[in-house]
Amino acid sequence: MKVTEKDVTYVADLANLELTEQERTRMVRDLNSILGHVDSLNELDTANVPPMAQVSDRFGLDDSKQGSDRFAYASRDDVREGLRKSLPHDVALANAPDSDGTFFKVPKVIEK
Amino acid sequence: MNLRSLTIDAARSAVAEGKTSATELAESYFAKIESDDPKIGAYLMLSKQRALAKASEIDTLVNKGEKLPPLAGVPVGIKDVLITKGVRTTAGSKILANYIPPYDCTAVARLESAGAVVLGKLNCDEFAMGSSNENSAYKPVHNPRDLSRVPGGSSGGSAAAVAADMAVATLGSDTGGSIRQPASFCGVIGLKPTYGRVSRYGLIAFASSLDNIGPFAKTAKDTAIMLRTIAGRDPMDSTSAELPVPDYVAELEKPVKGMKIGVAKEYFGEGLEPETRAAIEAAIQKLAKLGCEIVEVSLPHTKYAIPAYYLVATAEASSNLARFDGVRYGHRANSVRSLSDMYRRSRDEGFGAEVKRRIMLGTYALSAGYYDAYYLKAQRVRTLLTNDFIEAFKKVDAIVGPTCPTPAFKLGEKVDDPLAMYLADIYTVTANLAGIPGISIPVGNSKENLPIGMQIFGKHFDEATILRVAHAYETAA
Repeated sequence: MKVTEKDVTYVADLANLELTEQERTRMVRDLNSILGHVDSLNELDTANVPPMAQVSDRFGLDDSKQGSDRFAYASRDDVREGLRKSLPHDVALANAPDSDGTFFKVPKVIEK
Repeated sequence: MNLRSLTIDAARSAVAEGKTSATELAESYFAKIESDDPKIGAYLMLSKQRALAKASEIDTLVNKGEKLPPLAGVPVGIKDVLITKGVRTTAGSKILANYIPPYDCTAVARLESAGAVVLGKLNCDEFAMGSSNENSAYKPVHNPRDLSRVPGGSSGGSAAAVAADMAVATLGSDTGGSIRQPASFCGVIGLKPTYGRVSRYGLIAFASSLDNIGPFAKTAKDTAIMLRTIAGRDPMDSTSAELPVPDYVAELEKPVKGMKIGVAKEYFGEGLEPETRAAIEAAIQKLAKLGCEIVEVSLPHTKYAIPAYYLVATAEASSNLARFDGVRYGHRANSVRSLSDMYRRSRDEGFGAEVKRRIMLGTYALSAGYYDAYYLKAQRVRTLLTNDFIEAFKKVDAIVGPTCPTPAFKLGEKVDDPLAMYLADIYTVTANLAGIPGISIPVGNSKENLPIGMQIFGKHFDEATILRVAHAYETAA
């Protein structure tokens, strides 16, 4: 067993989840089953293999360009295109569970 | 109007020539959905008002004798992870049960600008996490070929809608096979484009480095038309590539004779059902008869794809789904004690079991002490898997193999075993990790009359070649 009930409680806390007792028990079982399979990755020696976080920094670029010039297309030219307008207040707040028309409202953050 | 074999060009011509109006065509599809969808469950929401407004716009163009756009009056459906302005979008989740997006997904906007009529939003696994559509918080989707079976997932509704003639074509999303696998299960065509080919703006994010939007259709030509419409640079997605979009339809007719087609032995190993293997081997023979040269290639790291994928995908998901906190949109729990209590209870009540499982796995893989061992390790293996394809594509123009190890399984068969469900994605996750395009085309049926799909992989940004192979296969005698 790699993952214990204590680990599940700790990770749920990091993930802003509460989880019921039943969900925790099931999570211990499922995470151990999945991580047991994941262990096969250790068969590979990857000490000299660079990590790959993205596809778009490697493929679909103009190879004749160097360094950051290769990504120049991805930065917006504010002068040419102009700044985009933000969503109007009422539209931005339309899906909010609670608002006062100007701000999103949340329960009190600081207790007296 | 017979909707059974209606293609994009046939629908557009019928509207252009006045055999039907765009409004009548949309109404026939709505009637078909109302009669057939209760037993299939493909649609979560119909967008009648929006559809009929667009149809009426097209009918006005027809009546005035003006030039019609390429998808004029073509009824399409949209997976419910693609946001649609003013039309409820849930991502198959209770947490977004009442979410009305303030803007349109680029791919949807491009379809509509080309004249397409958006019928509604299609059912899917919650946040596109699943391989059977059973993780939808609303209802399961039944495979139109056999209602006791799953349509595949996560874009199960998108595949089922095309298979059951409840749309001419649809859009789905593919993070680990979510377009190709349901296409295979339902007997239609599904294309996952190269990462960066289609803008992801307005796609509710699951795993941002793996997510793709792509089409479902009945023919390779319709698939090519759909891709041509949605592809290309979008300033709203910095990862969308600044590369010209070829005319995929014109490219279809180029010959496949002399093309080198790779077959990777790693895709024919343990777990592949004999009937599926036989169907794929027969399809490869057919390609050989069309003049393709069949070449054996090796993708040696294939067996590490599933573990690498489920670490990368869940790590990214745990981060992307942090935005659902009950503040700006989505479900908020009642009578909470504090801000942190609100976050937790809103997420606990709003997310389903599989989404929680993936958030937990991803958070664990990113947490202090495990980051190097899991997340970073998976990223290094991702490099190896990508290099496998780069090496193989030095020798061949495309690579073919099964889309899935088995045909569609029964509803309920794998719900209690998440690992078994994940392992069924073995042939599809590799394309997402490497970023290459893949298409699934129907190549036969099992003894139980269930569709079997063949997958064709292409080089980065070479969708034209795999569409051409698909078209040649489909049109060969």
